[in-house]
Amino acid sequence: MSSPTLPESSSNNSEPELGSVERVSAPRHRDGLEFDHVSMVFPDGTHAVDDVSFNVRRGEFVTVVGPSGCGKSTLLRIASGLTAHTAGECRVDRQQLGYVFQDATLLPWRTVRRNVELNAELQGMAKTERRQRANEAIELVGLTGHESKYPKQLSGGMKMRCSVARALVLSPSVFMFDEPFGALDEITRERLNDELLRLFVHEGFAGLFITHSIAEAVFLSTRVLCMSARPGRIIADIPIEFPYPRQHELRYEARFGELCGQVSEALKEAHG
Amino acid sequence: MSLRHLGARIVQYGPVIAVFGAFIGIWYLVHHVILDDRRRFIVPPPHRVIEGAFLKSKARSELLEGLVNTGRIALIGFVIASVAALVGAVIMALSRMVERALFPYAVALQTIPILALVPLFSVWFGPTRTARVVTCVLVALFPILTSFLFGLKSVDRGHVDLFRLNQAGVRTRLFKLQLPAALPSIFTGLRIGAGLCVIGALVADFFFTRGDMGLGRLLNNYAKRLEYEKLFGGVILASLLGVAIYVLIGWLGNRMLRNWHESEARAA
Repeated sequence: MSSPTLPESSSNNSEPELGSVERVSAPRHRDGLEFDHVSMVFPDGTHAVDDVSFNVRRGEFVTVVGPSGCGKSTLLRIASGLTAHTAGECRVDRQQLGYVFQDATLLPWRTVRRNVELNAELQGMAKTERRQRANEAIELVGLTGHESKYPKQLSGGMKMRCSVARALVLSPSVFMFDEPFGALDEITRERLNDELLRLFVHEGFAGLFITHSIAEAVFLSTRVLCMSARPGRIIADIPIEFPYPRQHELRYEARFGELCGQVSEALKEAHG
Repeated sequence: MSLRHLGARIVQYGPVIAVFGAFIGIWYLVHHVILDDRRRFIVPPPHRVIEGAFLKSKARSELLEGLVNTGRIALIGFVIASVAALVGAVIMALSRMVERALFPYAVALQTIPILALVPLFSVWFGPTRTARVVTCVLVALFPILTSFLFGLKSVDRGHVDLFRLNQAGVRTRLFKLQLPAALPSIFTGLRIGAGLCVIGALVADFFFTRGDMGLGRLLNNYAKRLEYEKLFGGVILASLLGVAIYVLIGWLGNRMLRNWHESEARAA
C-alpha cells in the first residue's frame, strides 16, 4: 500500500476537517504554525524579536519561556496578526485560531454563555450552532451551571475557564495562550494545567503557550523553547518526552525535576 | 417585617431623616430666634410656606403650571442635547480626524459661560420657548458630550484586540463593544445633563418675559412682590424637579448596569 506523497504529518491528522474548508480564505498552512526567520523591530528601533524560527505541528504543544519583556508575547501577537513583524515569514491559519489573553478579557455586560458565544458570533456563525457549541465548550471547561452568571460573579480561575471556552467554540487548529494563568494562585494554576492538557488530548490542536513558570512549561509541553532577554532569540529547544495524557503526579517525578533544571540552566545562561 | 429588618432600615434611613429634621429645626430657629421682628418675614416658617404656596388653590395652580412649563422646557432641551451629544460623540469616537478638528471647540465652548449668551438668544430667537430650549441645550450639551466621548474611548485594549482577532468591523465594534462599555459614562453624562437642563430652563425663564410662565419668572415676580411664602414654595418645587430627574435617571442606570458594573452593585 503506497499512499500518495504524504509529507511528514503529526499522528492524529491527515487532512483538516472538511467542514471548515470553505471558510478558509487566507493561504492556509495545513499543519499548525511556522515561524521562519521572523524579526520584529519597533518603530523606535528596539528589537523585540530577533530571527526566530520554529514550527508547531498539530498534536504538538510548544511553550516559550523567558524573562519578562523578552518578546514572548510579541511572538503571539505576530502569529495572530495583531502586530506586524518586520522581517521573515510567519505562516499560520488565522481562520481557525484560538487565542487566550493574559487577562480573561470577558465582556462584563455579557453572561458566561454570551461571552463564550462571542467569537463565534463575531465570525458570523448561525445562532443555533453557536449556542450548541457554546454549551459543549462550557461543559468541556467545567462551567456548567454558571451559564447565566456575569463575569464579576466569577473567581479568577472561572474567568480563565470562560475565556478558554470562548476560544474553543471555534474548534481552533492552532491554539495560543499568552500567560493565561499568571495571575492565578498556584493551586488553581495546576488544576487548570491538568484540565488544559485534557483539552489538548481531546482536541489535538497545535498549542503555543507563553509563560514564565518553568514547571508549567515542562508539565504542559512536548517542547520548551527558551528565549533570551531582549532582543528575544530562541536559545534552547528542549524536548519533553513524557507521553500524554499526563497525570498530576508527574510533577513529583525525578525526571520532571531534571527537565525543569535543564530549562532553568538554559535561561540562566541567556542572562550571562 | 422582622425586628432585625426594621433595625437595618433605621440604620439605613435614620441618618438621612435626622438631617432633614435638623434642617427643619434650623429653619424654625432662624425664623423665631435669629431674625428680629422686623426682618422675620424674609424667612417664613415651613408650615406657613406650605399653607401659602400649596394649600391655597390659586397659588398652587400657578406654581404647578410653572413647574409643568419649566419641566417641559428642561425635558425637550435634555432630549435634544442627549441625542446631539450621542451623535457627536460617536462620530468623534469613530474618526480621530473629526475629533481633532472639533474637540478643542467643545472644550472652549465649555469654558464660555453659556449663561452670558442668554440675552443674545433673546435677540435671535425672540423671548419664547425656542430661546429657552436653546439655552438648555447649550448648557447641557458639552458636559454630556464629554462624558459620552470619554466612555466610548475608554474601551479596554484587550477587548479591542479580541474584536480585531475576530475581524470585527467598525459597526460591530461600535454596537457590541464601545457603546455597551460606555454605558456607565453615558449615564453619568445624562445625570449631569439633566440637572443642568433644569438650571438652564430656570435661568432662561428669568430672562425671557414672553411665552408660557415658568418657575423662573414666577420666582422673580414673587421676590419683587415680597410674596415670600410663594417664593419658598417655588424654590422647593424647583428643587424637587431637579431631584426627581436625577433619581429617575439614576434608577434607569441602575436597572441597566447593576448586573455587571461595580458602581451600581447592590449593597449587600
